[in-house]
Amino acid sequence: MLLSLVLFAVGLYGGLVMAPADYQQGDSFRIIYIHVPSAWMSLFVYMVMAISGGIGLIWHMKIAEIVARSSAPIGASFTFIALVTGAIWGKPMWGTWWVWDARLTSELILLFLYLGFIALQSAFEDRRVAARAGAILALVGIVNIPIIHYSVEWWNTLHQGPTVTKFDSPSIHLSMLIPLLIMSLAFTSYYFSVMLTRCRSEILEYEANANWVKELLTTKTASI
Amino acid sequence: MATRFTPFICILKRDLIIACRNRYELINPLLFFIMVIVLFPLAMGTDQTMLRDITAGMIWVTALLASTLSLDAMFRTDFEDGSVEQLTLSNYPLTLLVGAKILAHWLVTGVPLILVSLLVGYILSLSYAALMALFITLLLGTPILSLIGAIAVALTIGLRGGMLLSLLILPLYMPVLIFSMLAVNNANDGLSISAECYFLAGLLVLAITLAPVATAASLRIRLS
Repeated sequence: MLLSLVLFAVGLYGGLVMAPADYQQGDSFRIIYIHVPSAWMSLFVYMVMAISGGIGLIWHMKIAEIVARSSAPIGASFTFIALVTGAIWGKPMWGTWWVWDARLTSELILLFLYLGFIALQSAFEDRRVAARAGAILALVGIVNIPIIHYSVEWWNTLHQGPTVTKFDSPSIHLSMLIPLLIMSLAFTSYYFSVMLTRCRSEILEYEANANWVKELLTTKTASI
Repeated sequence: MATRFTPFICILKRDLIIACRNRYELINPLLFFIMVIVLFPLAMGTDQTMLRDITAGMIWVTALLASTLSLDAMFRTDFEDGSVEQLTLSNYPLTLLVGAKILAHWLVTGVPLILVSLLVGYILSLSYAALMALFITLLLGTPILSLIGAIAVALTIGLRGGMLLSLLILPLYMPVLIFSMLAVNNANDGLSISAECYFLAGLLVLAITLAPVATAASLRIRLS
């Protein structure tokens, strides 16, 4: 948690203060320091969720199920942040909040996948059943992800969308790139710290009747 | 041959006979389809040129909704009277048995939908090329809808609320819709539609191979 805070501070300083303004977009390009890492993380978290869900499904590992379960809300919020910051950037740059561009649409579908996963999780009483059902859904959705993301380039060549991602070409200047990488590290470490905290509380909730939880609680309260 | 595929054919026959006995349930999705088609001109005005532009998309979206609503029937009655449990207990591979049920569902709801869509498209004066593209994409697309839908139905079987089902399926349906509409629009502009059709066919093959396995796994989870 501390690591991610430090990285956030360094990355934001580098991105907002040190990096030069873009010659075309001026200062508003700086939103990429939030937008791009959260978009990367939205995909990364989905992969973590689906793979750990699959591990839980195959080897019946409880911890993998819990990781998948606690990743979903974080991933959904990263996706949401990516969409919102993109819209805020799009308003002055493209003159509109929303364009039916392939990348925006695919990110929106990703958000729906996350929300469907969460909805399915909450529909079951039994957590083990919920985790396994959710894992199947996540694995089905993972088939969808490369499809969506290859269709991006494909669709753009047909329709010539209004945007091309800058990072496909290595044309970004080093002074802009380094804060971006630091920010993505910050996002990654933030994800892991929040995910592990969520896992911990999930496990405590799940094992609330077990002896070791009671012992833990009594020793904690005794030491306080 | 006789051993492995006999149960497949038996289930297919049984489901088709049941569907033929309940003729009104067979017609209901079609009625729904036609009524929703009628809603569009009522809502958007009867401007001929505007309507002709959106006809193909309107037909696809409505077909998608109709197939979503009819999905629920795939396993519900069988789940309630316990025959799904008998299927999972049988010696034959559940994947194959589930495949028969999905095929029956597509024959009963998908095929009539395709025919009615063509009729509606013809009446609403779609061009010949667009009509052909609509036919091909529906032919490739509706089985995908049934196959993907089966997974979600198996996951949500016995849970209350069809809303959850739609939430889970619609994001997975979006790529199919995107590629189908690309094909229809290309056909309208006099371009080739083979790329989109190959893509849809690839999706269909993927769905045929994976969806019955996933559906069988979901059923086992729900019944465990």
